[in-house]
Amino acid sequence: MSDQANFIEKEDVVVKFCGDSGDGMQLAGTLFSDAAALQGLDLATFPDYPAEIRAPHNTIAGVSGFQVHVGRKKIDTSGDFVDILVAMNPASLKSNLKWTRPGATIIVDADAFDEAACKKAGYETSPLEDDSLNGYNLVKAPVTMLTRNALQPLGIDNKNADRTRNVFTLGIIYHIFSWSLDSTVNYFKIKFKKKPEMIEANKLVLETGYSYADTIETLASSYHISKAKMPAGRYRNITGNVATAWGFLAAAERSGRPLFLGSYPITPATEILIELAKYKSLGAKVFQAEDEIAGICSAIGASYTGSLALTTTSGPGLSLKSEAIGLAVMTELPLVIVNVQRGGPSTGLPTKSEQSDLMQALFGRNGEAPVVVIAASTPADCFHFAYQAAKIALEHMTPVILLTDGSIGNGSQLFRIPKVADLPSITPPLAEPNDKNYKPYNRDPETFVRQWAIPGTEGLRHRIGGLEKENGSGNVSTDPANHQLMTNLREAKIQKVADFIPEQTIFGGKKGDLLVVSWGGTGGTTQAAVEEMQKQGKKVSLAHFNHIMPLPKNTYEVLAGFKKIIVCELNSGQFVNYLRMKEPDFKYSQFNKVMGLPFTVTELVAKFNEML
Amino acid sequence: MFEFPDKTIERSAVELNKADFVSDQMVKWCPGCGAHAILASIANVFPKIGYRKENFMMVSGIGCSSRFPYYVNTYGFHGIHGRANAIASGVKIANPNLSVWIATGDGDSMAIGGNHFIHIIRRNIDVNIVMFNNQIYGLTKGQYSPTTPMGSVTKTSPQGTIEHPFNPGELVLGAQGTFFARAVDTNVKLMTEVMFEAARHDGTSVIEILQNCIIFADKTHQAITDKEVRDDAQIHLKNGEPLIFGKNRDKGIRLNGTQLEVVTIGENGITEDDLLVHDQYQQDPGVHLMLAKMYPPHFPVALGVIRSAMYPTYDDLVEDQITRAKNTSKILCVDDLLNSGDTWEIK
Repeated sequence: MSDQANFIEKEDVVVKFCGDSGDGMQLAGTLFSDAAALQGLDLATFPDYPAEIRAPHNTIAGVSGFQVHVGRKKIDTSGDFVDILVAMNPASLKSNLKWTRPGATIIVDADAFDEAACKKAGYETSPLEDDSLNGYNLVKAPVTMLTRNALQPLGIDNKNADRTRNVFTLGIIYHIFSWSLDSTVNYFKIKFKKKPEMIEANKLVLETGYSYADTIETLASSYHISKAKMPAGRYRNITGNVATAWGFLAAAERSGRPLFLGSYPITPATEILIELAKYKSLGAKVFQAEDEIAGICSAIGASYTGSLALTTTSGPGLSLKSEAIGLAVMTELPLVIVNVQRGGPSTGLPTKSEQSDLMQALFGRNGEAPVVVIAASTPADCFHFAYQAAKIALEHMTPVILLTDGSIGNGSQLFRIPKVADLPSITPPLAEPNDKNYKPYNRDPETFVRQWAIPGTEGLRHRIGGLEKENGSGNVSTDPANHQLMTNLREAKIQKVADFIPEQTIFGGKKGDLLVVSWGGTGGTTQAAVEEMQKQGKKVSLAHFNHIMPLPKNTYEVLAGFKKIIVCELNSGQFVNYLRMKEPDFKYSQFNKVMGLPFTVTELVAKFNEML
Repeated sequence: MFEFPDKTIERSAVELNKADFVSDQMVKWCPGCGAHAILASIANVFPKIGYRKENFMMVSGIGCSSRFPYYVNTYGFHGIHGRANAIASGVKIANPNLSVWIATGDGDSMAIGGNHFIHIIRRNIDVNIVMFNNQIYGLTKGQYSPTTPMGSVTKTSPQGTIEHPFNPGELVLGAQGTFFARAVDTNVKLMTEVMFEAARHDGTSVIEILQNCIIFADKTHQAITDKEVRDDAQIHLKNGEPLIFGKNRDKGIRLNGTQLEVVTIGENGITEDDLLVHDQYQQDPGVHLMLAKMYPPHFPVALGVIRSAMYPTYDDLVEDQITRAKNTSKILCVDDLLNSGDTWEIK
């Protein structure tokens, strides 16, 4: 490690690695975030990749990126604008420049900017030569050549050498921060345990990149970020999808109900299926079904037999599951349906994020079929909301839809590791063997919850199904008064859940000029924007909702304390219209965006200032 | 009593009888419907199988057949159209200690639920599928189904159907089925026998029951089931025995080259020794497929167990993997998992 002459002390820095899909940008970003975490920084990440596995080389369509926001302050978002951009080819530069802060450091592989590649990206002339990047700190690094040269003595051919270009750029970045290379070298040691020559090669390239940066004048100043002040505890980096999977595993262990997942692969929800499939040692049964419908139907079968039953999907899959969700409503069985939302309608934008399935989650079924709807805010809190979704499903004998989205599902964040024993207890209403009074639709008088009689249990044989049932006995019934009663009970049972969820919190004062309302995966961004407003001395508060159906009991009081209310969401106004229906006494403004992109703090702050 | 290969399911400590499986619900099928006889066969066979009564579970989809769970006193689940096989997959994987029975129809399993039907068979999940094949949609009042014979006039085919029907046996074997049996609703004894065989089979068992819909497809199986013709139109397969049929027990099936052929014993020097001997356990499904495809007027319909081959079941393999993982993994509780990999302490 060389001494750095000029340290620039920073609160936070946003780094983005981008290149062709296949250039290893997701890996470079992940390794960088692991290194940052070991430096004691808080962080949030956001992968941004195309739906195609390998789109044509050097095209805009094929650009894959990974953004990491690190800092000593609390990091709520993956950052609006990039401070350090690594661009492996002209297309990745072209598509990311608009998100790059003026004056930012841009590191390019100069060898990749030949005429053909520039043309393919839509550049008339090479942006490295035409002064168009004068406003930036441009580092024209001959990454391809230096990587090849470094590996030549090891007898590694150019094709294989080029696969480590990402590692070279990582070396440059570590130099900028003066970080140790150890965490990344350790990764190579584990990853290439059986190929020691690959450990050597990657380490060499990493060091070559680091040394290269030392010789570059434009990189003479280096960033320094002090350690973040975070609550004491043991931490790890986690993506939202992994956190979701782990939350369910914790709920299964705590409730004593075996975990069953029936699922069909779909972007961006597949990682939950992949993750849960790893833990047979925890007894998790994971069934990759033949389609979305079989995914949920197998879960319903497993739920009837006493499992913590789950199905995971994204928008189009939720559509396919609609009829079966109605079956779970009718049979009043516990079931969690995870919808990692993506851009719609139809196939839409599979790898982009949106919040446009809210109305579908709330109402998208035939008949009146109320379910609990919960939305997670950040990658790390997916763990707790998955846990809570399971707890509510099991204790209230109901389907619960857990909404996350592509941003928080694939994004990562530091996660303070809890102890399973410290998590709230989960007590499903199991029927006792040989209970003479057991009837499938006898209900708890307070919560309206029926009991769960698990096949195999002595003395509880019973039949349920999708036909309307007589309350109590559970016999098939078309009696008009009974149907009215059951319709009312199904709704009342869901509303009763409000007694068991936390009250809505307000970030900031309980009274003020503007209440910002948001829900689900935008929480990090709206929080950062409201903090910004508060720093400017504005009387702005945030109510970020995670419980959508039912709403927290104090929702009215929360909304009543402000002169103006603005509801911000990544759709055309679904939550705001739901609030207009549920809490009609208020006048709501709305701020919406349907571009497959998250909000930026900048645009939110501008909007809030306009409102005041 | 036969030895059951699957020891997973707990057996009843006491002797059970029909009455143990009769539910208190009024049976609402049409008088004369073949489903009544199927229900009687189930009530016959469950006590014979001898599992604890709480370990039986009936699952169904939608259709006349699918009301079945309400009429049997077991744990039961009446699902949605076409999904019985998907629901039952979850039931059996989640709880392999249950004897799972699926009541379904030709529409439920081969039209709207076709995908689940072929995949449960392919996976060889240990369930028993009783498919009521009446060649018509009964509950929606008389539209053609995937097994309706071509040319049939129904409410949705006023000029006759122009669709090629499925032969369920072909579909089951094509999906790598390990067990396929066929019975007729007029023969309770035969239905009871094949249901018992299905229970013994470790893997997905499909029983096709040629069932009469007295209202919308009456006498659809007449050419097979009528008293006058049935001895010549049916052949009852018995494992290890030659294929003999006919009123006078003088007809047989032999393999001539690559094809089956009906022969008369005593004519042209044909003796019993020339006939095909049924081997329901053989792995290769070739002959089973030929048997499943036999149909009048050129052949009798094969009844009884056509195929019962041993292959590993999905549910057993799941349990094996779990056992193996528990013996080898370092992650044995969620706290282990949460603290696995890269973690660090902040003070």
